[in-house]
Amino acid sequence: MASDVEPLVLKSPTLRWIEHRLPIIGFGYRHLVAYQTPRNLNYWWNFGSLAGICLMLQIVTGVVLAMHYTPHVAHAFDSVEHIMRDVNWGWLLRYAHANGASMFFLVVYIHIFRGLYYGSYKAPRELLWMLGVVILFLMMATAFMGYVLPWGQMSFWAATVITNLFSAIPLVGESIVTWLWGGFSVDNPTLQRFFSLHYLLPFVIVGVVFLHLVALHTHGSNNPVGIDLTKKDKIPFHPYYTVKDMFGLAVFLLVFAGFVFFAPNVLGHPDNYIPANPLVTPPHIVPEWYFLPFYAILRAITFDIFWIIPAKLGGVIAMFAAVGVLFFLPWLDTSKVRSARYRPIYRIFFWLLVVDCFILGYVGAHPPEGFLVTLGLIATIWYFAHFLIILPILGKLERPLPVPESLSTPVLGRGMAPAPAE
Amino acid sequence: MADATGTVQQGEGGKRRDFLELVTWSTVAVGTAAMVWPLIHQMNPSADVLALASTEVDLSKIPEGSAIKVMWRGKPVFVRHRTAEEIAAAEAVPLAELRDPEPDSARVKKPEWLIMVGVCTHLGCIPLGTAAGEPKGEYGGWFCPCHGSHYDTSGRIRKGPAPTNLPVPPYTFLSDTLVRIG
Repeated sequence: MASDVEPLVLKSPTLRWIEHRLPIIGFGYRHLVAYQTPRNLNYWWNFGSLAGICLMLQIVTGVVLAMHYTPHVAHAFDSVEHIMRDVNWGWLLRYAHANGASMFFLVVYIHIFRGLYYGSYKAPRELLWMLGVVILFLMMATAFMGYVLPWGQMSFWAATVITNLFSAIPLVGESIVTWLWGGFSVDNPTLQRFFSLHYLLPFVIVGVVFLHLVALHTHGSNNPVGIDLTKKDKIPFHPYYTVKDMFGLAVFLLVFAGFVFFAPNVLGHPDNYIPANPLVTPPHIVPEWYFLPFYAILRAITFDIFWIIPAKLGGVIAMFAAVGVLFFLPWLDTSKVRSARYRPIYRIFFWLLVVDCFILGYVGAHPPEGFLVTLGLIATIWYFAHFLIILPILGKLERPLPVPESLSTPVLGRGMAPAPAE
Repeated sequence: MADATGTVQQGEGGKRRDFLELVTWSTVAVGTAAMVWPLIHQMNPSADVLALASTEVDLSKIPEGSAIKVMWRGKPVFVRHRTAEEIAAAEAVPLAELRDPEPDSARVKKPEWLIMVGVCTHLGCIPLGTAAGEPKGEYGGWFCPCHGSHYDTSGRIRKGPAPTNLPVPPYTFLSDTLVRIG
């Protein structure tokens, strides 16, 4: 918190002159150097800065790719192949961008589950969390529109299926879809607006990330123990967490480079190397891996809900609600204790939710046949039950373990060891 | 090396920590450079642009005394079938008179064929004088309408602001009537 920070002393008169008029040196010092950070953050706290780096990498590689890409149905596919074959280092830039999207989602999903485990969404960090959900929504829209740009078979049919989701809206659905398409099917106007928005949205994300950081730095990071820390349990961001983040970045880049150089297409789908054909749908279409759980939820609703919501609309609502429910999480979780470390029952349900998401991902990746239809429905019900039923009740019934007063004081009289400073 | 008490022994050059720091930052610098280079090099001409970097011209359709423009690497190239008088005029000019001294023989492979990049060396306009009826300037060659540079029948700068002669591209005669530029 700003008031705890050692004041910045500038020796150079030139820097003092600048700082007096434009206080950016002090801003950087307060937020990147002296910023007070819990001393017990573990490696799960690396994923926030990694997500920021992923966003920057996507913007840099994306701006460069846009110099060679042509957003026209007659040229889009060929211009992507032109990037792969003719442009200097084009193959590297495109593979880094395509795999970078996967890495971005991987990092962000871990970041979200970190927040779920340690209760980072609880007061006073509700808006911090909700801004994060906004970022997730924007990321999903951006990734989807980016996937359409190569104009392969999967691009075209993803665009068709996802835009058709909006046709489920009663009365105005068809008009909205026509408006989204700029025509009567996914065609050139659709491609051009998707390119425009795919270029715009990342910068909107940057803006929301800035707000996310303002909210973060207002009350500081949560920590694995989940208690509010005093100054003696905090350390400056630099050098302790700059070094730790750099180390985490190096490990992350190894994984990233492993995909880019050794398995650049393993996360993609071969059908997207077939040019878009509006007359033929590929026999088995699946979204990218990071959308599979949501895709499973979409397909799970095969029946009318309460006789008034048709199955098609029900699936669409359920899919959007799967992310939307996270907005209400700070109030759905009624427990006063943040960290799952002191919530033995919640800890079990947390891991069940993780398993549930993997099951949804598995179901989403396979054709909806036989047992998988039932499994998808059960997993979908469990997903919503976790947030809407289990969390509100658990907060009232669960008896948490004793929570320490500070990182250095043990919980007296209960035979507990001091909380390990990780 | 650290001994049993944890203190660091001083070598002749410096401490182990200094060495590690140097190695770390060197790796960061090399890695960053390796990441940045593709971002820069992608703006250089791509393989398909380089593949179109030469062009062939059929000379049999250019009568003596006339000239044509052809596109080569996105720029016009003047191909002029010079008359005997024009060749003689170009060869007769004393080098001392020239701003960019160059004998006519150094600018042509066959005297009747003058092949040059048709971009004014001042600020990049296309000089007039190739098509019939265009002003050829005071020296019977080319005249640049942008800032008034005059070129002679060998494409050498004679008057006006341009600093150098019109450049001669690399070219080869594939036969008497076919030339490949580039």
